[in-house]
Amino acid sequence: MNSFPIIRVVTKLMIPYILLFGLYVQFHGDFGPGGGFQAGVILASAFILYGLVFGLPAVKAVAPTKVIEKLIALGVLIYAGTGLATTLIGRADGGHGNDHFDHAHADHTHSDVVEMAQANFLDYEALNHDVLHGFLPHGQHLGIFLIELGVGITVTAVMIMIFYCFAGRSERFGQGKGAADAGLQSTAKEATA
Amino acid sequence: MLVSVSILTLLAVTAIAIARIGDLWAAVMFTGIFSFLGASWMLILDAPDVAFTEAAVGAGISTVLMLGTLALTGKKEKPTKSSPIVPLFVVGVTGAALIYGTLDMPHFGDRHSPVQTRIDPGFVEKSQPDMHGLPNVVTGLLGSYRGYDTLGETAVIFTAGIAVILILRREPKEKETERSTGKKGKSL
Repeated sequence: MNSFPIIRVVTKLMIPYILLFGLYVQFHGDFGPGGGFQAGVILASAFILYGLVFGLPAVKAVAPTKVIEKLIALGVLIYAGTGLATTLIGRADGGHGNDHFDHAHADHTHSDVVEMAQANFLDYEALNHDVLHGFLPHGQHLGIFLIELGVGITVTAVMIMIFYCFAGRSERFGQGKGAADAGLQSTAKEATA
Repeated sequence: MLVSVSILTLLAVTAIAIARIGDLWAAVMFTGIFSFLGASWMLILDAPDVAFTEAAVGAGISTVLMLGTLALTGKKEKPTKSSPIVPLFVVGVTGAALIYGTLDMPHFGDRHSPVQTRIDPGFVEKSQPDMHGLPNVVTGLLGSYRGYDTLGETAVIFTAGIAVILILRREPKEKETERSTGKKGKSL
């Protein structure tokens, strides 16, 4: 497939926009539709498109297998780590982590807030802070941002890795040919055999 | 209404085409089309998140993975020799039972259905203040209220990825040894 100039050029034009859209879905997921899972799949599809057109060695130069397999675990660790962090921070604060937060949200009843400010796993109330208020995400927003990041990293890495595994088994693919080429040739061989 | 009917009709036609067609390339392409139609249908049902996922996973990645599988297997479906009467009977009975089951269900969009009446409306109202002003209720629900669930889902994806690596990955070293011992033809 990499011998067709139109496919090569159009792919190169499209990949930046696919990546940008993936990042938009990832980091805008708390406001619009989307989130880590969808963003991860979109980001992975950009890599897979590159691999389809330019061959497995080309995409492995961009995203080496060793990095991808570590990212699979990293995403889950970010998610679980966020949960552990809320537990530890919440405990260190003694359950008063967001007392200073009440004034900003008068519609939040006080009893609710105190009840939620226990040291619980994945309880993002513990992540409240006053640094650059209004610019940096905090509390629930920060927690959701972090876990969506974790989901996004894991999904991207798993999807790319599955593609590597499938494509890596096709003999022709490893020699810089596109998957469709490899498929056509191998099936053509079978037909003649 | 017209759009809904045409999409559902196309879904049914595509499903029959997938089942009937013998050319596996075409069948894979039809599954991609089926997923894309499914995504359009989800969009009509006001579920853009699901539509997103269906379009990206169903129409995009799984089609590519199926093509990757086809590159390793054959292009044509093996002709079946057994008679189709028994499977047709089983499918027919199951389908009839399922349709009979839907007769008791509330009509589409019925506002007296349990889905509409049992959910506490305060839940949607409370979500935004609870999440410090995040407007997306779905994200608040998945990320915060049900954070454990989503952690579990992420772990499932992680496990699936590891399983695929364990089953399918072929190390370069392994390849070399296979070549040197001449076992390559057999393993393929």
